[in-house]
Amino acid sequence: MKLSSFKRALWVFHVPTGSCNGCDIEIVAALTPRYDIERFGIRLVGTPRHADVLLVTGAVTRPMAERLRRIYEQTPDPKAVVVVGSCGSTSGVFYESYNIVGPVDEIIPVDVYVPGCPPRPEAIIDGVVKAVAKLEKLEAGEPA
Amino acid sequence: MENRTFEIPIGPVHPALKEQIRFTFQVEGERIVGVDIKPGFAHRGIEFMGMHRNLIQVLYLAERICGICSISHPIALIQAVENAAGIEVPPRAQYIRVIVAELERIHSHLLWAGVAAHELGFDTLLHLTWKVREKVLDILEELTGNRVNYAIPIYGGVRRDISPEQYPRVREMIRYYRGLFEELCDRFLNDASVEARTRDVGVLEPEEAEELCAVGPTARASGLRKDVRQDWPYLVYGDLGVKAITPEDYGLETRGDVYDRIVVRLLEVGQSLSIIERCLEEMPEGEITSIPKIPALLAQLKKAEGEGIGRHEAPRGEVIHYVRLEAGVEAPVVWKVKAPTYSNLLSWYPMFEDQEIADIPIVTASIDPCICCLDRVHIVRGRSEQVMWKEELLKLSWEKTRKIVMGNG
Repeated sequence: MKLSSFKRALWVFHVPTGSCNGCDIEIVAALTPRYDIERFGIRLVGTPRHADVLLVTGAVTRPMAERLRRIYEQTPDPKAVVVVGSCGSTSGVFYESYNIVGPVDEIIPVDVYVPGCPPRPEAIIDGVVKAVAKLEKLEAGEPA
Repeated sequence: MENRTFEIPIGPVHPALKEQIRFTFQVEGERIVGVDIKPGFAHRGIEFMGMHRNLIQVLYLAERICGICSISHPIALIQAVENAAGIEVPPRAQYIRVIVAELERIHSHLLWAGVAAHELGFDTLLHLTWKVREKVLDILEELTGNRVNYAIPIYGGVRRDISPEQYPRVREMIRYYRGLFEELCDRFLNDASVEARTRDVGVLEPEEAEELCAVGPTARASGLRKDVRQDWPYLVYGDLGVKAITPEDYGLETRGDVYDRIVVRLLEVGQSLSIIERCLEEMPEGEITSIPKIPALLAQLKKAEGEGIGRHEAPRGEVIHYVRLEAGVEAPVVWKVKAPTYSNLLSWYPMFEDQEIADIPIVTASIDPCICCLDRVHIVRGRSEQVMWKEELLKLSWEKTRKIVMGNG
């Protein structure tokens, strides 16, 4: 029997790296009944050691950069990184700050960018779905 | 055996709070004897950036101080700038600002109620409150074009009017929440396990609240009738006659514990509904901004000279913005933000005293902390830092609830 549906039941760890809460609450909104991605088995977990996908929000602040790197290293392979929000993707409105060392892709490798300030829950779900595609490729041994 | 004190570091990344802050608890067995708080992980240098941009760009920056209070900061900033530059605001615009601000309060309090339920291990209630919260987000999207970060106020007015077709939709939302209100109160306030976990937990005495300058629902739950909308009326709040809510209004004796904070926030949802309803009735027709053209607005702001203070009662308490403008300079020369969590932070110290480790998550959440609002100042200290996951802690909290529920049969 194939257990392909289990592979799509992604466990997600949410890493705030100096975000404004906007994306963070939209991530929780995506999990709760209106959008309900938990029905696909996608759920937030409490530690990166259990996670398949990292959802990173926020332009990375100086003290969080080291922690973000450490969290990335703690996540077991195969893994995918989804950046949620404009400031994580490009630094957005925070581009000239002295305490921002981001965007996220300067710190860790990123697979999916979800733009928007904040992105709608549908967009976040779409981002996670794209991460599924990447993880499937990795499992099959193909280059991502 | 002698009593030994252990230190438990928690944070800065912890799954429950969704934000970055670090606590170091000193514990003797299960009992907390001391706590050290280190914020600063979400500091983005927003004031610094604001002092290098023109005032309209600063507005968008202010909105992104916090994604939950995304109209509270702009309202405070705009009042400060309007004070400094002497810009008049048409009455209709003031009503629209109040409506959006109160919609935000509803969404923020429901969000908080869900998070609090989650911290207690009551996920059904989390999902219930977040399900009903979507309704107010729909209305916010309908009125402003976005679920979060509404970009509604601008110096001298607002950017969007509320059209006649939208009135019934807002009224329909008010009816929806009124219909649900009793059920929500019943779920939170008459539930034996919620009561067991929150009654006499994280107590903040009125004197302590006064001394530590607590604001917002945290202060009101301790019995202080303190509300910017009542004490220092701005916009049209003076006409609306808003009164600060304490647990006594629900017929309860004020104890200043987590339970009282739930009561106050739920009652404030009801209060906000009445405010919106009255605004819809009393809102006059007319202009929505006194300076509709952006280049004209920028030119006037560039000429302005002076300083101003703006205050607003955000969902978490009083937010204050201070600006100083100089003629010929587009950016504010000084911009200072004081967010509500800044004032409420200290009330954690008496709240944590003598509590159990399993109560940490709910006591932490009970002041509705907003770390991204708080982190205006960055403290650099050369110390080795450790990370501990909060998952264990949440598990402890959930187990305590389970034990209580089992104990009650």
